Amino acid sequence: MNVEVMANSVPKLLDGLALTIELVALALAIGIVIAIPIALARVSGRAWLNGPAFAYVFFFRGTPLLVQIFLIYYGLSQFETIREGPLWPILREPYWCAIIAFTLNTAAYTAEIFRGGIEGVPHGEIEAARALGMSRVLVLRRIILPRAFRLALPAYGNEIIILLKASALASTITLLDLTGVARTIIARTYMPIELFAMAGAIYLVVTFAITRAIKALEHWLSPQTRPPRPA
Amino acid sequence: MTTDRTGGRALALEMVGLKKSFGPVEVLRGISMQAAEGDVISIIGSSGSGKSTLLRCINLLEIPNAGAVSIAGELIRMTPTRHGQTPSDARQVDRLRARCGMVFQSFNLWTHMTVLENVIEAPVHVLKLPRAEAIERADALLRRVGLYDRRNYYPGHLSGGQQQRAAIARALAMEPALLLFDEPTSALDPELVGEVLQVMRGIAEEGRTMLIVTHEMAFARDVSSRVIFLHEGLIEEEGPPAQLFEAPRSERCRQFLAGGPKKRIDAVTGLGA
Repeated sequence: MNVEVMANSVPKLLDGLALTIELVALALAIGIVIAIPIALARVSGRAWLNGPAFAYVFFFRGTPLLVQIFLIYYGLSQFETIREGPLWPILREPYWCAIIAFTLNTAAYTAEIFRGGIEGVPHGEIEAARALGMSRVLVLRRIILPRAFRLALPAYGNEIIILLKASALASTITLLDLTGVARTIIARTYMPIELFAMAGAIYLVVTFAITRAIKALEHWLSPQTRPPRPA
Repeated sequence: MTTDRTGGRALALEMVGLKKSFGPVEVLRGISMQAAEGDVISIIGSSGSGKSTLLRCINLLEIPNAGAVSIAGELIRMTPTRHGQTPSDARQVDRLRARCGMVFQSFNLWTHMTVLENVIEAPVHVLKLPRAEAIERADALLRRVGLYDRRNYYPGHLSGGQQQRAAIARALAMEPALLLFDEPTSALDPELVGEVLQVMRGIAEEGRTMLIVTHEMAFARDVSSRVIFLHEGLIEEEGPPAQLFEAPRSERCRQFLAGGPKKRIDAVTGLGA
């Protein structure tokens, strides 16, 4: 083990980590926005809403993320209309291709996680809200979504961690994320064990931080599980 | 035509020819009744007689296949469909639901909100009451049901009886024209039934209009101005409690009153037959 190489690689690896976190955070943020309507479509009970939502989830859960990244990065550029289209400045950038692939992928999983959460809200509580004259939208906003989010949080934390690790695939389309940086240093130094050990350790630390953050969020969002406080 | 019963008071509820089926099962087979303001009407009958369905058809938690419902003089507009009818105006339904408080067998408090938040939720978001005013109203109601000191508790920290009293306060906070109770004590431990019935008795004495589906015969006899005995989806007998309980005209009602409670226990414990 070459400790010196390991120590020297840290600043570069942390640069890579910054990109990894950026990719993951952006994909998660946009992914959640896409996932909520898909989850609602899945539980709507209407075929014309559920059908497309199901197809979306089926495709993005059913194919490997690597394949999706390649299809977007290499595949789309095969079409002349896209190369000449208005979106080309975005679609030719590996950065945006990675963001798009990660977003669409995590949205599919997140939609299923939220669907489970929505279906976990006790029917009687929804009925009580309707009986008080709350409209469908109000019930959704005030009762169903807050409850569903809490129910979905542990599973969603899992999804964050999975996406963090899956983001290593960004390095396959030239991006210098944490794994990408490790690979370039390895190409120069021929020290894969040292570099991958360091990269792995950094992923581990970040995963640990995410786990703790989710736990804290769960605790904060679940005051009903804590001992009561008097009036 | 109904002056004899309402004594000139305004109608809080009127239903005409109400029918409801679940698939091939006809649960309500044509129910017509009225409740004047201040009436306390108990609905009794054996399991499966349609009591709960009747109550749930009033605020359209179930859509009746046929028949008309008016709440506080306002007819709920319906549009015919292939298999029955559907409400014409969802906003009218929401508005009229807000005028019917409902108390459920299983309380159905929102577990992610405190007792106080449960009580102010609909006044603030449906009636658009200023928050401070809603809290003031809620605090007064919580004092009345004996839960003021528990207002910041979550439902999970309360006993069943306390939860049901909170649910009653939640319904009252809307100042409803009509209160619907769907077996409010059936899910409670026996020692907790009394506190809920006591709160309900207090509300009845205030002159509120109440429809109560219940198995508590002594309570029904005590607080009701009228009792309705439902059998196989029809009103088999109805009248003042003294008459219905002392001298039921219908043979079925007599059988129910004589053997009903026992039969129920047998069904639960499997000791019957």
